[in-house]
This record gives sequence, structure tokens and C-alpha cells, in this order.
Amino acid sequence: MEKTSIKKSSLSISENGLEKKKLSGRLEVLKTYKIYIGGQFPRTESGRYYIPTNAAGKKLANVCLSSRKDFRDAVVAARGAVSGWSGRAAFNRSQILYRMAEMLEGRKAQFIDELMQQDASKAKAEKEVNLAIDRLIYYAGWCDKFQQLFSSVNPVASSHFNFSVPEPMGVVAIIAPQNDSLLGLVSVIAPVIAGGNTCVVLASETKPLCSVTFAEVLNSSDLPGAVVNILTGKPSELASWFVDHMDVNATIYCENNSEVQKMMREKSAQNLKRIFFYDKVKWETGEGQSPYFIMDCQEIKTTWHPIENIASAGGGY
Amino acid sequence: MATKKKIAKSNTIKLKFDTSWSYAPAPESKSAATINKQYDLFINGEWQKPSGNKYFDTINPATEEKLSEIAEASTADVDKAVKAARAAYEKVWKKMPAKERAKYIFRIARMIQEKARELAIIESLDGGKPIRESRDFDVPTAANHFFYYAGWADKLEYAFPNRTTEPLGVAGQIIPWNFPLLMAAWKIAPAIATGNTVVLKPAETTSLTALKLAEIIQESGLPPGVVNIITGAGATGAAIVNHPDINKIAFTGSTDVGKIIQRAIAGTNKKATLELGGKAANIIFEDAPIDQAVEGVINGIYFNQGHVCCAGSRLYVQESVAKEVIRKLKDRLESLIVGDPLDKNTDIGAINSKGQLETIHKYLDIGKKEGAEMYQSSCPVPNKGFWCRPTMFTNVAQSNRIAQEEIFGPVLSVLTFRTDDEVIEKANNSPYGLSAGVWTDKGSKIFNMTRRMRAGVVWANTFNKFDPSSPFGGYKESGFGREGGLHGLSAYVNVV
Repeated sequence: MEKTSIKKSSLSISENGLEKKKLSGRLEVLKTYKIYIGGQFPRTESGRYYIPTNAAGKKLANVCLSSRKDFRDAVVAARGAVSGWSGRAAFNRSQILYRMAEMLEGRKAQFIDELMQQDASKAKAEKEVNLAIDRLIYYAGWCDKFQQLFSSVNPVASSHFNFSVPEPMGVVAIIAPQNDSLLGLVSVIAPVIAGGNTCVVLASETKPLCSVTFAEVLNSSDLPGAVVNILTGKPSELASWFVDHMDVNATIYCENNSEVQKMMREKSAQNLKRIFFYDKVKWETGEGQSPYFIMDCQEIKTTWHPIENIASAGGGY
Repeated sequence: MATKKKIAKSNTIKLKFDTSWSYAPAPESKSAATINKQYDLFINGEWQKPSGNKYFDTINPATEEKLSEIAEASTADVDKAVKAARAAYEKVWKKMPAKERAKYIFRIARMIQEKARELAIIESLDGGKPIRESRDFDVPTAANHFFYYAGWADKLEYAFPNRTTEPLGVAGQIIPWNFPLLMAAWKIAPAIATGNTVVLKPAETTSLTALKLAEIIQESGLPPGVVNIITGAGATGAAIVNHPDINKIAFTGSTDVGKIIQRAIAGTNKKATLELGGKAANIIFEDAPIDQAVEGVINGIYFNQGHVCCAGSRLYVQESVAKEVIRKLKDRLESLIVGDPLDKNTDIGAINSKGQLETIHKYLDIGKKEGAEMYQSSCPVPNKGFWCRPTMFTNVAQSNRIAQEEIFGPVLSVLTFRTDDEVIEKANNSPYGLSAGVWTDKGSKIFNMTRRMRAGVVWANTFNKFDPSSPFGGYKESGFGREGGLHGLSAYVNVV
């Protein structure tokens, strides 16, 4: 049963004219969709799976149904990667985000294929992949610029040098948009890591294929393992653990479910993790990208140091 | 090297202020301040009786004498204040040209300066803090804060690149008792400069200067309802937090209450900024100028009786200089003048309330039980009022409660370390992240440390410095949002 349905989907690809495949005697190799934790591709520790389908009811794949334990493992991995990633030169982060865009560009066809399996028209799928690539380029450029825009040297009245700079918050747990399964995913990950954070992302439940393939892109992009960790599964099961976890610094939620939003804000109080709802953002438009998304997951640190004050009074900046 | 150290040691003179120096009393006069017998609620530009007709006493914590009676605002009074603020927002304040808004705020700043002496006396009478701090820090910094934000009112389009801003609406603001007037300024000035209107509640033990500020605001001609100041305790605060027509909650206080507020506003569209507790690490490296560092540590923890959320309550001293630092700290502790807050020579005033004194005593017991060594100044303290001698614990372990929990009193915990990595690990091992300090003569080490410490404000070779242009606020469980400076504007605007 399962085999036939997947064969059908590969047939539908050729119908769409993307690839000319002859169904000869060769058996097609199917992809196992696994999750991405700490730079590795494990299956969920729970051994569970679910089968998302397209609008016509066609099975997409057997996808890992990640558990709370997977999430905890991913947070441990992400925490371990914070100091290395945030300690890299902003310029280096910029180059790595650019490299991610390069890799994504190179695998465009596969993403278009997957988006089409998940009900997108060819034109729409192509547009989404192009936008996703461009979004990575956009944030690659921001990596070493947003600090200059949002920092300040503060003219304090006393004889001190005083400046404020943005710093990454740490580990950010993200529940990605359900629609725009590739563009939405890229749009929430890119600003978070551009700012030096690491993250754990729960991909679209209904359209998870691109997220796993995107993890493969990350894996070949010089991005250190564990900076981005991607889980597949159900927000309804995992959302509360995302906000319960005491070693998560911020949470992003992209759906307009007021019950879940309320629950998340309530639970975020446990360790006062920052919480952001991106439920009104139209990711395919210009409002889907801005340095203000980077700034959401930044803390402002202010540093003071005295200035020797011998020759004149009140020396400062 | 060893001989050098010996010489350095013998050069240190033990300070004996008690015998070689003495200070004659130098009390500030109470007559320069007017305190009414009773204060009502400041709503819609007028003084209004509380609906329940209930009043509570406010006392001088240095003498336990009653200073005045303060109205207790009920839920109905909160509602009245929010309605006034809403009407002022919709009909007047939102529409007023920003440059006119600015001029009202400049005027308030000036009037605080004019009445600075009176405000300082009342601050010390009502809160117990030394007049020197009220006079030289609290009151001028409060005036400066209004002055700083006044100028932002008509320049907001420069503050957020490529964006415009709009005010949020009505802000509910709840402030603590440690810097009563200054916290009112930190809350009100940016809120009204950005076009919001305000309902502010001071802490129940220290309402007087906020009510004096209400008088100033009334005198300034600020349109009625733009700033409403209502008094009361926790129940009044809860009524503000839960009022459905409030758009933003700004709270400064304990982390516990901050968490309650975050839960309470879940499911609403209320925005929040929370400025909560702290347990700041103050780190002394062996190459630091030790005498300056000791002064900085003293200022860091004993400033305002230690009732400071960013107080440097955890001292980390590099092992090689620990003995010397501890000895000098003890000497300095002994020379601190504890007593009458109105005396201009006083270093440490009264503990703000009986309740807070009990909390501090509880932690002194905990510290002793945990096996730390307690050292207190031998200074005399007055019989009446609430007093705590400046206290220092040595032999403190990282896991001790006195090294983990906020005491909010003049109590220092001293710990030691050997390496940079170790002290960073220890300093960041705290749910809090409000402030931190580092003392070293080496520039590259300063930046290494200030970068790695997870705290919103980091003082290097200084401590407890504040300025209206300098953003203040915490990481982690010390809350979120910034107050002061350019970054403090974000708390009160929608960026569109």
C-alpha cells in the first residue's frame, strides 16, 4: 500500500514535467525522513512516526513523530553550540548563511519537487524556493550590520565610557509556520542564527518534507552541527514542552491559535523566557524580513568604564 | 616578589575613623518639606477620595513615627483612573503635537529641580535612605530622566531605522520602594514622551514622593488624566494588571511578582516590561587596583542599604588577593556610618520596612546555618526603627542560598576563584542576569569578562552607576525590556 502510493507521487512529478523518469525495471530508492539533532540525523528516540498526506489524501512519507525527549536532546545540543556560534566573528556567520543559500540554490529542484508533492503549483513552488534562497542572502548580509544599527554609545553625564550592544539570547525554540513550509522555516531560522543564537525548530506538521531536506542543506553548509536542530512532529504535543523547558531562552510561535498562545505565555513565566508570536506575518512579502526579527532575540548589554579625568572635568563621550 | 608583597602589606594603614576622626551631627532640616496629614488619589488631574474611604499609615522607618495617611485605591478607583487615562489618551495626548508634549515633560523636569531639596528630605524620611543619596542621586537623576525623555518626544522617527512608531495607549505602571521617585521618573517619562498615558502605583511603604510628583504634575498644567497616581498595596497592583483596558504593564519589583504578572496577562494583548531581581557577581582579579576595588564593592552592596536590584551581592575574589581584600573590606565596613538618614554624614540608613528587616534576618540565619562565617560592623544602631549593620559572609559556597537568592539588604557574600573560566562559570551560574562587575587593570581581560558575563549592565572598574541615557535591564529571570536611553523607547511604542 505504502509503496504504491509513493510511486504514484513520483509519477506525479513527471506529470508536472520536472523530471522525465521512466518507470523501468529499476526500483526507486525512497528517502527516509529523519530529524536533525546536533548535526546528526537520528530517528526519533520514541520510535514513533506519522504519515502526513497531501490534499488528495496521498501519503507523503513516514515522518518522525518527535517526542519530548527528542526536544530535550535537541536543547542540550543547541545549548552546547551557543558559545561557539555566538563567539564566531559576525563576518564568519555571514559567510555561512551565504553558503546555506548557495547549497539551497543547488538543490532547488528537490525542494520544488517536495513543495509540489505538498500541493503547491509549480509556479508557486518555484517562487517559494527562490524567496527562501533570497531570504538567506538577505540575512547573510545583516549578520555583521545590525549591531551597528542598534548599538549606541551613550553620552552619560559622568566621566565614563558607556556603550550598549545587542547580544544573542542563547537557545531559541521555534514552532515554524504550518504553511509556507520552506519559506516560513527559513524566515524564522535565519534571523535567529544571524544574531548568534542557536535553535530548535519544530517543522510544519502537515508539510514536513522540505524541513528535513533543508537540514541536509544545513549539514553541507559549514554551519556547525547543533546550531540549528530540526524536529518533525505535532505542535499540539510539543508546544507546551517548548515553553516548559528551563534552559530555553526564547520561544517563537507562528500560528494564530489563541489558546496555545495563552498557554505559552503563561508557561513562559517559569523562567521568564522571551516569547514572540509571529502569527500575522506574511512571509512571502517584504514584511517577512527585517532586522527587527533579528533584534527580537537579542538582549541589550550596557557596559561602563571610567575615563581618567585629570586634565579636564567631566570627560566623556 | 614575596618581599614586595610584604612591604605592600605593611604600608596598609588600618583605618581608625572611630578614634582619630569624629563627625558632629549634621542633620538636614525637616522644615524644608511639607507633608500633608492625608493624601488622596491623583486621578484625572484632581485629588479624589478613595471609594472605600480607606487609608493606611506611612511611617518613617528610622523612627517608626507616622508621617501621613495614604489612600487605598480599590478596583473601582483603578477603573476610574484607567478611564481617565484612556480619555486623556484618545482626546488629548495622542493628538497633541509631539513638540508640545515635550515641553510639558521639560517643565516637569524643571519643577522637580526647583523642589529638589524638599523631595530629597521626604524621600529619606519615608524610605530611610541617607539624605546624601536622596539629594545627590535619587532626585537629580529623576529630574534628568524627565529632561532626557522630553527631548525624544518629537524625534521618535530617528530612533527606529526605516520604521515609524505609534504609542501603545494606557500604561499601567507598578514601582518598588527602593528608589521611589526615581522609579516613578523611569516609568512615567518615556511613557508620556512617546504619547501614552499612565496609571502609576508606588509601593505602599513609600508613596510620598510619588504623591509629591503628582502635585508637581498638577502644577505643571499637564492635561488631566495623562498621568494618574494611585496608591495601595498588592491588591491595587493586581487590579491594574488585570484591568482589561490597559495596553501595557511596566513593573519593577521581585521576580516572583514579575512571574505572576506574566501569567496574569497571558491571553491578553498587553505588552510588558519587567525589571526584576538580581544577584550580581562582582569580580576582583589579582591585578586590580585593590583599594579602588574595595571602595567599589562597598558602594556596590551597601549603597541604599543594599535595597538595590543590581546590587553587587556576590563578590568573587581571586584567591591570591582574597585575604587582603577581605581584611580591607572588614576595615571599611567598620568605618561606615550607620544611622539617622537625614544626617548628611550617614552612609547607611534605615531598612525600608519591618517586613524587609525580617527577610534580611532570615537570610543571616540561613547563612550561618549553611556554615558561612558572618562578619558585622560593630557600629551602634538606634533603638527605634529598622536597622541592620553592614554584614559580610566569607567562606560562602556557590550552592549556598546566600549566594543564590536575592536578599535585598546590606549583606555581601564573598567567594573565591582561581581562573577566568572558573569565575565566568560561577558568575553566570544564577537564574538572574541583571548586572555584573569586574575589577582588573588589564583592558583585554575587561572586554573578555564583560562580553562573557550574562547580564544587562556590566560595570568595569566601577559599580552602581546610572544615567538617563544608559539602558538598564536584565537577562534571564531578571526580566525583560530596557529602561533608559534610546533602547528604553521600545518599551512604549509599536514599531510599524
